[in-house]
Amino acid sequence: MSQSSLIKVENLAFERDDSCLFDNINLAVDSGDILQIEGANGSGKTTLLRILITALQPSAGKILYKGCTVTDCRYQYLSDMLYIGHQPAVKQTLTAEENLRWMVSSSAKSNQLAINDALAGVGLSGYSDVPCYALSAGQHRRVALARLLISEAKLWYLDEPFTAIDKQGVSYLEARLQEHADRGGAVVLTSHQDLALNNLRKYSLSAPAGQIA
Amino acid sequence: MAHSINSGFSAWLRRDLLLAYRRRGEAASPLVFFVMVSTLIPLGLTPESARLAEVAAGMIWVMALLATLLSVEGLFASDYQDGSLEQLLITPQLLPMPLLGKITAHWLTTGLPLTLVSPLLGVMLSLPAAGYLPMLCSLALGTACLSLTGAVGAALTVSLRKGGLLLSLLVMPLYMPVLIFGTATVNFAVDGLNWLPPLAILGALFAASVALCPLAAAGALRLTSAN
Repeated sequence: MSQSSLIKVENLAFERDDSCLFDNINLAVDSGDILQIEGANGSGKTTLLRILITALQPSAGKILYKGCTVTDCRYQYLSDMLYIGHQPAVKQTLTAEENLRWMVSSSAKSNQLAINDALAGVGLSGYSDVPCYALSAGQHRRVALARLLISEAKLWYLDEPFTAIDKQGVSYLEARLQEHADRGGAVVLTSHQDLALNNLRKYSLSAPAGQIA
Repeated sequence: MAHSINSGFSAWLRRDLLLAYRRRGEAASPLVFFVMVSTLIPLGLTPESARLAEVAAGMIWVMALLATLLSVEGLFASDYQDGSLEQLLITPQLLPMPLLGKITAHWLTTGLPLTLVSPLLGVMLSLPAAGYLPMLCSLALGTACLSLTGAVGAALTVSLRKGGLLLSLLVMPLYMPVLIFGTATVNFAVDGLNWLPPLAILGALFAASVALCPLAAAGALRLTSAN
């Protein structure tokens, strides 16, 4: 067993209502990796991601972070991790800037300059004091993705980060992911898109039982 | 580490206060309910001040309890829907501290305003003068207990689509002692007795709730988020 694996998933399984969503999942993610989880709708991509971020308990198997189970080194694991879910956790009544400031409040780099830079980076510089209900779906996602520009987390878990993002935004985000991986970070993401990234690895979840694969 | 524990508290407190400020109309609805129902009582019951004075303390307390119950349901609902709750669950900090921040924000936006307008309702319901100070004290402590215990119920029912009724059933028995000792505080004072003992019991209930409810709510949230 290589100790260098940042994340190692062993024999992970998940059952819901007595039916098995997936089982026997073995993964390893190292520094510099970008892992894309693929699979049909309903194959459990989001569930797998939610297990990886410890929001859900797996039915069997374990997740190791730097060789130590995530329940044992929970604080360290969660401190090194950033998750942007399918629901982007953007509050409608707050402005883009307020949302971002709250999201990164636990990060060391959460000063005004970094927040302005991040909003400018995702193309929302003119919108910092517009309430988010006035923004479009893609701009919503950009508010959440602005966290990536501030975060110092090593591990990024992104659930469908490209949803509602325009072409320019996608290539910007790809460049950002690549940069993160090149600096020794790791990314696990779910997406149906074909990504133009180096050191991209793919993991396919099989289709749920009863569906044509 | 101590810093990060505290920042979880203040970050969520500030955020929830800001959210409440942005949705002032919605945030004020428990208060409007409280005042409206209390103005209806003299019309429905009797305008006679001697008879109103007998029920004033109980009425004000029941209204405060119901107003809190109405508002506590939404404590986690919007955070659950937009994914903020999931972000909260994976913060490395201890979960009870941000929750205590949320609950404090809830009390500052419902319990405290209710307490502050209660003298006005006391006038409407002809509460005897001796009852005002005990009412303010007991409501301030009591509504804090209600917010804290309500948060546990809200955490347990957050993933249910129609959790409102279940929440009431879960939380109501826990609200009974607060109601009993809250009204007792006011009634003791009105009857010329020493009103500090029931208030002290409310204080004890508050101390226990502050210590236990954020922990229980954190456990409940972890439990419900696993579904």
